[in-house]
Amino acid sequence: MQFKMERVLELRDVSKHYPSHHAVNGVSLNLARGEFFSLLGPSGCGKTTTLRLVAGFEEPTHGEIRLNGASIQHLKPYQRNVSTVFQNYALFPHLTVRDNIEFGLRRRAGTPAHRYRVDVPGTKDSRADDIGAGNHIDNRVREVLDLVQLTGKESRRPAQLSGGERQRVALARSLVLEPDVLLLDEPLSALDPNLRKQVRAELKAIQRRVGITFLFVTHDQEEALSLSDRLGVMNKGRLEQIGTPEEIYLQPRTRFVASFLGAVNWIGDVGVRPEAMRIAREPSRNGHRSRPATIVHSTFLGNCVHVDTRLSDGEPALIEISRLGEAFAPGESVHLWWEPADELRFE
Amino acid sequence: MNRLRAWFLAPTWATIITLFLAPLAIILGYSLLTRGVYGGITSPWTPESYQRLVDPIYLAILWRSFWVAGASTALCLLLGFPLALFISRAGRYKNFYLGLVMLPFWTSFLVRTYAWMFLLRDTGLLNTLLQKLGLIHTPLPLLYNDGAVILGLVYGYLPFTVLPLYATLERLDRTLLEAAADLGAKPWATLARVTIPLSAPGIRAGAILVFIPCLGAYLTPDLLGGGKSVMIGNLIQNQFTTARDWPFGSAVSLVLMAIVMVLLFTIARGEGEDLL
Repeated sequence: MQFKMERVLELRDVSKHYPSHHAVNGVSLNLARGEFFSLLGPSGCGKTTTLRLVAGFEEPTHGEIRLNGASIQHLKPYQRNVSTVFQNYALFPHLTVRDNIEFGLRRRAGTPAHRYRVDVPGTKDSRADDIGAGNHIDNRVREVLDLVQLTGKESRRPAQLSGGERQRVALARSLVLEPDVLLLDEPLSALDPNLRKQVRAELKAIQRRVGITFLFVTHDQEEALSLSDRLGVMNKGRLEQIGTPEEIYLQPRTRFVASFLGAVNWIGDVGVRPEAMRIAREPSRNGHRSRPATIVHSTFLGNCVHVDTRLSDGEPALIEISRLGEAFAPGESVHLWWEPADELRFE
Repeated sequence: MNRLRAWFLAPTWATIITLFLAPLAIILGYSLLTRGVYGGITSPWTPESYQRLVDPIYLAILWRSFWVAGASTALCLLLGFPLALFISRAGRYKNFYLGLVMLPFWTSFLVRTYAWMFLLRDTGLLNTLLQKLGLIHTPLPLLYNDGAVILGLVYGYLPFTVLPLYATLERLDRTLLEAAADLGAKPWATLARVTIPLSAPGIRAGAILVFIPCLGAYLTPDLLGGGKSVMIGNLIQNQFTTARDWPFGSAVSLVLMAIVMVLLFTIARGEGEDLL
């Protein structure tokens, strides 16, 4: 996926310090227009605080936040053309779906000189000029309801909706304002796991269709890898690495990044992913590296088999092998193989 | 099981019957009898006390009571809402401020009302001060009018609006306020569109807790209204004391009670579950 590097959002050495801890520490970040960017990290790593700094709910202790080239770190949330999809959705319980979606449009309708455009791009009719404000709002609501497939549920209250529907109302409420950046704070975490994958696909499709820049916060590495054009991995308030999903997974720069994005077997100073290892009954031939090990236990996972082994020095190693391959019995002495190219090395 | 249940409920029923239902029945009986010459009641049965209620004099008192109680309730909500909002956001000082709101309850309502008389009367603190400063030459008529009664009622019942309002505002999900700001609502728009609509249960509870006692108030209008600003409570008191018309006093009491009940049921039916 390629983007003309038109910077829509820039964070320059942004920090947020609280008396007790440093929530965000010197984070620098550029988002290209139309990009799907994820901030990935464990809870308490500062990813949500970073999002809140961009939204304007917190003010940075240090650093600069720029939106379309202009500093926004001192602006109030209602003065920034960004919008947030909250983790708990924060739908107004006393308002219907329609009123929730119209909430932002009506607040911004009074803004002089069309400072905020209220079109959903990628949908037909994005000319507002000669339609009255009321009609215009009606049209936008109809389009965005269609986009998130909630047509027919306009007069429901949030309490009468399912979790997935609420999530889509929250998305629609923000998308309809056509923010420069849409901020999503773990929007899938409140959904049950079956629904999560489906909504994940829908979310990606919607983002492609409207072309709005997404800044997506999550602790779920699978989510971040599958959705993002690029992602940043955060740990203890710092951005440890920024890159495409492939770069982050295949060339992690730190041990933290390597182990947060998936299982790693540590063999001396290098790390090897479980799926990059093979189990064999004889030592390696040319070009491969190998280590003797003992089979501890095999777990059948349907699409693959996870084999727990113990290296000769006593360290555990997890190997993922095909269920169609050989089976190994506990206690069996084997050799673990891998290619030098699959080794993860850190400075 | 049912026997046990009956035994446990017995004290409650005994209390309700002897202290509530029986006196109510006596009042109902009195209201339908004829007044005795020196107070009390005598035969025969008659609906006359109820017929006298439509007299313009009494309707005026009823109207004034509604007006004063309504104005007091509105002022209590107007003053109590910002205060409750402030306390709900005061972080670790919440309990301290709530304590301050409750502090007046440590002194008798009667004493506090007398204190207002000393402040407001012609030779009171306020008038003396203003005269000494040369701002006025004759004392301002601060006492013995509707304004003084409303002031006294608002002063006395303000905590009863602050507490339920505080309870709802405290529970209000903060992310909803953030969401409103995020969607472009300025602080006043957030207040009008989100905070106030979502604190409706507290507003209703506060309004009921103030309006009903204000409607029946007699001490405040007696002391601060000085007989010029008579409310239903004073009318009832007067019938049992100076006027020695127990049947009429009983009739007015029952009508006041009926009005309050109808009001409560209307609000409860209109709003369903979340009343009080």
